[in-house]
Amino acid sequence: MSKDTSTPLISASNLTCIREERLLFDALSFEVHPGNIVQVEGPNGSGKTSLLRILSGLSQPYDGDVKFGDKKISRCREEFQQNLLYFGHLPGVKGEMTAEENLEFNLALHGNDTDKTLAYLANVNLLGFEDSLASHLSAGQHRRIALARLYQSNAPIWILDEPFTAIDKQGVASLENLFSMHAARGGCIILTTHQDLISIESGNVKKITLDYHYDSLLG
Amino acid sequence: MTLPAQSEQLPTQTTQTSAQLSYRHAFMLVLKRDLTIAMRHKDDIINPLLFFVIVITLFPLGIGPEAKTLSRIAPGIIWVAALLATLLSLDRLFKSDHLDGSLEQMLLSPHPIFILVLAKIFAHWLITGLPLILIAPLLAVLLHLDKNSYTALLLTLLLGTPVLSLLGAIGVALTVGIKKGGVLLSLLILPLYIPVLIFATSAIDTAALGLPYSGQLAIIAALFFGSLTLAPFAVGAALKVSTN
Amino acid sequence: MWKFLHPYANPETTYHFTNKLLPWLIALAALFLSIGLVWALLFAPADYQQGDSFRIFYVHVPAASLSMGIYVSMAIAALSSLVWQLKLADASAAAMAPVGAAFTAIALITGAAWGKPMWGTWWIWDARLTSELILLFLYLGVIALHNAFEDKNLAGKAAGILTLVGVINIPIIKYSVDWWNTLHQGSTVSKIGKPSMSLDMLWPFIFSFLGFSFLVGVIICLRFRNEILARNSIRPWVRELVEKSVVK
Repeated sequence: MSKDTSTPLISASNLTCIREERLLFDALSFEVHPGNIVQVEGPNGSGKTSLLRILSGLSQPYDGDVKFGDKKISRCREEFQQNLLYFGHLPGVKGEMTAEENLEFNLALHGNDTDKTLAYLANVNLLGFEDSLASHLSAGQHRRIALARLYQSNAPIWILDEPFTAIDKQGVASLENLFSMHAARGGCIILTTHQDLISIESGNVKKITLDYHYDSLLG
Repeated sequence: MTLPAQSEQLPTQTTQTSAQLSYRHAFMLVLKRDLTIAMRHKDDIINPLLFFVIVITLFPLGIGPEAKTLSRIAPGIIWVAALLATLLSLDRLFKSDHLDGSLEQMLLSPHPIFILVLAKIFAHWLITGLPLILIAPLLAVLLHLDKNSYTALLLTLLLGTPVLSLLGAIGVALTVGIKKGGVLLSLLILPLYIPVLIFATSAIDTAALGLPYSGQLAIIAALFFGSLTLAPFAVGAALKVSTN
Repeated sequence: MWKFLHPYANPETTYHFTNKLLPWLIALAALFLSIGLVWALLFAPADYQQGDSFRIFYVHVPAASLSMGIYVSMAIAALSSLVWQLKLADASAAAMAPVGAAFTAIALITGAAWGKPMWGTWWIWDARLTSELILLFLYLGVIALHNAFEDKNLAGKAAGILTLVGVINIPIIKYSVDWWNTLHQGSTVSKIGKPSMSLDMLWPFIFSFLGFSFLVGVIICLRFRNEILARNSIRPWVRELVEKSVVK
C-alpha cells in the first residue's frame, strides 16, 4: 500500500452503538489513513472501549459499517485480522505459563516470528522474569508481556485500549517512540488513553471525542 | 532499546504469506499450549476423574451390593457418570481464556476459528475423556459388569466421549460470557447427550448377551463424525456472540 | 430472490402489518376453535374401545404437532437471522419459544391424562411421550439461554445457535428414543396404534387442529409485536406510538 493518504486503512461510517439501552454514540464516521495516530477521548462510560471493539470486529455496531480498505471487515475477516493488532483491557496472559512462553504463543498465534522473544521482553523491562510463571508476576507485568508483541508486529493497524495503564514513565516514553515509528513506516494507531501523548507532536495526533450521553433511551 | 528491524513501509498483507499460518501449525500451537497449562494445573484433570469414581461408588451404596442388580445397571451408571463428569470439566474449556482475554486474542488471530476450537476440544478430550476411558475398566469391576461387555464399554467410551466434548463445547461457548452459566450449561447440553447415552448403553447390554453390537457402534461413530464436522462451526459462532 | 422480503425487514412496516393481520387471526381462531371443540367434545362419536376419554385426542394431537412445528419455525427464523442478518427473525424466534414450550407442556399433560384411563398410570416411558419430554427440555434450554443475556440482540443470536443445534439433534433424539423404546418394551405396554379415523371423527379433528394453529398464530403475533417494540424503543416511530397512547 502506498502512503497515498486518500486510501484509508480503516474507516467507520455511521457507527451507532447502544449499550444497556443507552446511546453511546450515534452516526460516527471517520477515516484512519496510513501514518495517522488517532486518540479516542471521552469520560468513563462514553463508549471508548465499545468503539475500539467495534473497529476490531469483536463487537457488532447497532448500525453502520467498519471497512478495511474498501471492504467491510465482516466480509474479509482473515485478511483484516492479519493486518490488525488489538490490545484490550485484558492482557490475554496465562498464569500457568512463563512470561516467555506467553509471548511466544501470542506471537505465533498471530503468525509472527518467535525467535527474538527475549529482546522484546527486554524492551518492556521484563528481562530476568522470562522464566517466571506469569501467575507470580504483577498485573502491570502481565500488561507488559502483552505489549511486548508490539515490538514484533508487522500489522499496520494497531488498536490499543489504554496501553499505558500500569506502565512506568520510561516504558511510556519507549512506547510513544514506537508509536511514532510505526506511524512513520505507514502504519496507523487508534488508541485510548487518559494521559496526553508527550513525545509525539500534537499536530500528528488526530482526536475523536466521545461525549457522555445522559439520556436513557427509555426516556 | 531494540527497534523492529523493518523500518521500510509496512505492506498490508493480502495473502497468507508464510507456513506460519498453516492449519496444522495453528492446531498444534493451541493444543500444545492447552496441554501445557493442564499439566501445570493438574487439579483440572484429577477432579473430574475423582468425581467419576465417587459417583460410581455411591450407586452400590444406594442400591445394595447384590452383584446381579449391579451388573444389570452397570452400563447405565458408568455412562451417566461419564456424562456428568464431562459436564463438570467443560467449564475449563473456555472460561479462563475468556476471563483473561486470551479468547478474544484467538478470535482476532488470522487463523480460521474452527481450527483453534478443534484444537481446544481435542486437548479437552485428552485431559478429561481419555482418563475416564483408562479408569473405566476398574470401575466396571466394582460394578460386576458382565465380562463380555468390557470391549464394548471401552469402544463406546472411545467413540462416545469425543462426542461429549464436541457437543459440550457448544454449550460452554454459548454460556461462557454469562456469570452463572454452570447450571444453565447442564440444561442446554444434557438433552443433546441422550442419543449417545442410549446407543452406548445399548451396545454394552447387547455385548453382555453375546450378540453383535456393531450397529450401535456404527451409529455412535456417525454421531462422532457428524459432531466433528458441525460442532466447531457452532462453537465459533457462539464464541463470537459470547465475546461481543 | 429475497427482495420481496425487504419491506418486512423494516420493523415499522412489520409492526403495522401485524396490526392488520391480528383481527383476522383472532376471528379465524375463534371460529375454528369454537366449531372444532364443540363438535369434538359434544357431537363426535365416542371411541368404541376408549369411550369418552378418547376425546382428549382432539387437544393432545394438535398440541403435540404444533409443539414440533413451532420448534421448526424457530429454527427457520434462527437460520434466516444468521444467514441474512434479519434482526426481525430473532424477534420472531423469541416470540415463539415460550408458546412452543407451553404447547409441549400441554401435549405432555394431556398425554398423561389420556394415559391414566388407558394404561392405568399417569406416566409410562412411551416413545412419543419421552420425545415430547425431551423437546420440552430443549425449549426450556432456549428460553433460559435467552433470559441469561442482558442484551436482547446477543440473546437472540445465542438462542438462535442453540435452536439450530437442537433442530439438527431432534431427529437423532427421536430416532434414538424410538430405538430405546422398542428395545426395552415390556409386556405391560400396550401401544395405541394409529386409530383409523372415521370421517365423523376426522372433520372435528381438522377443525380443532386449525383452530389451535390460528390460536398459536394469534399469541405469537401479539408477542412478536411486543418484541418489535422492545427492540426498537429508541426509534422515533415507537416514541410517537407511546406518546399517542399516553395522550389517549
